[in-house]
Amino acid sequence: MADFIQQLVEGLGSGAIYASLALALVLIYQFTGIVNFAQGELAMFSTFIAWSFVQAGVPFWLALILTLAVSFLGGMAIERIVIRPVEGAPELTLVIVTLGLFILVNAAAGWIWSFLIKDFPSPFPESALHLGGVSLNYSTLGVLGVVAAVMGVLYALFRFTKIGLAMRAVASNPASARLSGVRVGRVLALGWGLAATVGAVSGVLVAPVLFLEPNMMGGVLVYAFAAATLGGFDSPLGAVVGGLVVGVAETLAGAYVGAIGSDLKIGVPLAIIIGVLLVRPQGLFGRAAVERA
Amino acid sequence: MNGTRTPTAAPAARAPRTRRAVLKPQGVLLAVLLVAACVAPFQLVPFRVFQLTMVLVYAIAVLGLDLLVGRTGQISLGHGGFFAIGAYVAAVLLDRWDVPYPLTLPAALAVTFVLGFALGIPALRLRGLYLALVTMTIAIFLVPLLKRFESLTGGSMGLTLTKPDAPAWTGLAQDQWLYFCVLLVTGGATLAVAGLLRSRVGRALAAIRDNEAAAEVMGVRLSRYKTLAFAWSAMLAGAAGCVNTWVIAFVSPDSFTSTLSIMLLAGIVVGGLGSLYGPLLGGAFVFFMPTMSQGINQAAPGVISGLLIIVIMYVAPTGLAGLAGRASAARLARKK
Amino acid sequence: MRNPTRTTVRSGAVALSVLLAAAACGRSESGGPTAQGACAGQQTTGITASSVKLGGIYPLSGPSSAYGEIPKGVKAYFDYVNAEKGGVNGRKIEFTVRDDGYQPPKSVEEARRLVEQENVFALFQTLGTPTSAAVMQYANQRKVPQVFVSSGASMWGADPAKHPWTIGWQPSYLSEGALYGQYLKADKPNARVAVLYQNDDFGKDLRAGFTKAIAGSSVKIVAEQTYEVTDPSIDPQMRNLAGSKADVFLDITTPKFGSQALAADARNTGWNPLHIINNVASSPTVLKPVGFKNVQNIVSAAFFKDPSDPQWADDAEMKQYKEKLKQYAPGLDPSVPYYTQGWAAAASVTKVLAAMKCPTREGLMESARNLKDVPSELLLPGIVMNTGPKDSYPIESLQLQKFQGERWTLFGKVIDTRVGL
Repeated sequence: MADFIQQLVEGLGSGAIYASLALALVLIYQFTGIVNFAQGELAMFSTFIAWSFVQAGVPFWLALILTLAVSFLGGMAIERIVIRPVEGAPELTLVIVTLGLFILVNAAAGWIWSFLIKDFPSPFPESALHLGGVSLNYSTLGVLGVVAAVMGVLYALFRFTKIGLAMRAVASNPASARLSGVRVGRVLALGWGLAATVGAVSGVLVAPVLFLEPNMMGGVLVYAFAAATLGGFDSPLGAVVGGLVVGVAETLAGAYVGAIGSDLKIGVPLAIIIGVLLVRPQGLFGRAAVERA
Repeated sequence: MNGTRTPTAAPAARAPRTRRAVLKPQGVLLAVLLVAACVAPFQLVPFRVFQLTMVLVYAIAVLGLDLLVGRTGQISLGHGGFFAIGAYVAAVLLDRWDVPYPLTLPAALAVTFVLGFALGIPALRLRGLYLALVTMTIAIFLVPLLKRFESLTGGSMGLTLTKPDAPAWTGLAQDQWLYFCVLLVTGGATLAVAGLLRSRVGRALAAIRDNEAAAEVMGVRLSRYKTLAFAWSAMLAGAAGCVNTWVIAFVSPDSFTSTLSIMLLAGIVVGGLGSLYGPLLGGAFVFFMPTMSQGINQAAPGVISGLLIIVIMYVAPTGLAGLAGRASAARLARKK
Repeated sequence: MRNPTRTTVRSGAVALSVLLAAAACGRSESGGPTAQGACAGQQTTGITASSVKLGGIYPLSGPSSAYGEIPKGVKAYFDYVNAEKGGVNGRKIEFTVRDDGYQPPKSVEEARRLVEQENVFALFQTLGTPTSAAVMQYANQRKVPQVFVSSGASMWGADPAKHPWTIGWQPSYLSEGALYGQYLKADKPNARVAVLYQNDDFGKDLRAGFTKAIAGSSVKIVAEQTYEVTDPSIDPQMRNLAGSKADVFLDITTPKFGSQALAADARNTGWNPLHIINNVASSPTVLKPVGFKNVQNIVSAAFFKDPSDPQWADDAEMKQYKEKLKQYAPGLDPSVPYYTQGWAAAASVTKVLAAMKCPTREGLMESARNLKDVPSELLLPGIVMNTGPKDSYPIESLQLQKFQGERWTLFGKVIDTRVGL
């Protein structure tokens, strides 16, 4: 039994990581209506910036704040420079552009910081909590806590602020939003900036566990997609719950389902994505979209 | 029926009014291209012949993807997976049972068609990005799956095969022979797709792409055509994979990573959706881009690749073929 | 109105007639230049009295780009030899590096480019198992040397009759695995072993060597887990292995996952097995991020000198390496073992080039296949290269090492894995 609970805890640990990136995906989808394939790479890049600050002797928390600021500006700049020229283009064009961005950012990070792995300081204590044969790392708890906090902030932003309303208007119909006086360009840039900031938080949380290198987020991305799909691409709560469910499902399946084993674990997010889309396409917490022909 | 096309989606050359004016140069261009394609292997050094062969291999896959993306508006980031399956079907047949290699093509076609059809059914319910996500995950999942069935697929070591030699009567070198085999498959695939698109099916697909709801109201059986389009598209990717095995004579899970799927999708968008020469240009893009990138910046070829993809999307949102098409449309407009 | 089908048919007919006309001429594959005199008939493509062209293929892009550091060490060595020694036997070494992104079809293309367009004398180092395997058939069909493949798979030397043009360099993963098996049999005869391995040729070869060595002994594998290179983390696998309570943990991983496994082992205070990590993941660049205090007394094996090991501080070869790397590849950190490895491999191939009796491709292979106790720069003392008609594995010796303080400490003797395995 203790072993099962331990597996559960491990699953929550990886789930929290997936959830953190899924939050950034959900955020940008809310603002701009696109799925950003480069989100993980941007998070990785932000983490490298934080690492550079720490290497230069900046205290960790100051480095973190600086990184979040840089990421916010960087995200807005990317929207202006990379996305703006193809604004309004078909979905497919945007997919290709974010894929191009994915390749570009990954290679640029390798070029600047090399592909050798780096250690990244963890803001949480190294030790673990022991409760009746089950050990719980403080870092897992810390990641869960931060993810919950970010989720709360995003929920409040979506729900209670004016910008949240404008953002939802833009995502659902940019043309009407523009007509009703929303400054669409500003909202879109804001969306990219905020998503990059949330991504930076995700990268900083993930780096102490996975070690920092340019391909750090590549493996996480698929799981984050599964999490966002499961929870619904328009719900921060959904992203977090989705992330945790995916993490637990993957860990338990790898440990207890012989036919899956650890080599076919990647099948778990796949099964989740397909299953959810077939049964409840809007996800657990998402709202169903009604199509107007 | 051409009236159901919206002018933005259809290349200008296809509008009925301009048909007479455009068809002629198009026919000439096609003939020149065919002649060049047949003469090239005798004029070029073997390495260039090999490069051309690979461009054609990727062109077949991009052609298949165009059927899905360009003609029905569905996005797949998993065509590298079907490419891999076609390649593996051919490789396993050659490795295990010494099947004569021409026979591997129908086998690869059949397997990928059936798989494509099976996947096409759930894909029906998915639109746009969701389908991209699902297909991407499937292609990633395929890699450990191939390793799992090690006795058949050779696991992570892959299968090393022997390239087919040219029959003695042709007097051709191996590279030339393979080139013509692939050219034949590419030509066959292009004709098949062209025929398909000119038929009732093609019109139904165009109607679906332009306005799904309207098409449904008009009595187009959405599910049937979308599933079939997915299956055909997968089948063509499988054909490309099969001829890839003939040419490279080696398959391994590392040959078909998610990069391949991304490049194929980028290939069709860069080449030009829904156009005759789009797949050819796309195939050339898929093949030559990595080479070009490392020519420009060997320290980080990826930086150039990413930049190129983004820049081409700015300069030519309808692809390179679209760029040419727009140029000729503008010329025609001026003439009038 | 013209019928498009007819147009196609007509153009097809034209094309066909041209094709037939051209086919009548035919075209034979032209061979490259050949040598005269004692070496008559042997291939001399890419080699002249004053130069020799080598080509290497590495992943400079994509997920395996970390290995793209190796050619920088290689290049630095060749630059040094060209500038200060006038090349090898008066021939300057030209080294061309190409990127295959670790994708086998790309490797074949790049190999063909190097051989047919760049006219290289030999392929020196193709990195990776599937990539090199894809090139192997082409190299042998074309009779181009593929020397010192940068992979520890056993296939490079498995069948010299079938693949006379391919030869590896470093100790094979099989023999490294066997070495750990031997070590446990002697040192911990009742060990219960948990194994984590990468689900590919590398992981499976190493595990196979280990399993074979412990067969029939009381060393037992009690738990096994695999991972894919696409996995974000191996923590779940580590959890499952910890549950086995094994007293030895055999860690068969590549660098990033090596760090993760070491960190997971360090975090888990309830499970403290003897941690054996394979050579690929034993470099200080893997250990340092985990923290040296967390990796004390782990065991690995080595065959070349570790640049961060102070015991080589006064070693002539090491001093030269550090000094010349700084000079010819400014900006590179000499303590990164990828550079050391590239440097050592380049030194080895230079020895082989120098010993050629005929300056031909055939002569190169003959030289590479007749190494008798040849020492090479930066290899551990006592480790030499040996090949022969029945032995196509140049380096087959390793020495065990234990991590103490901030560095690896070698222990025991250099073990020749050919003996007794």
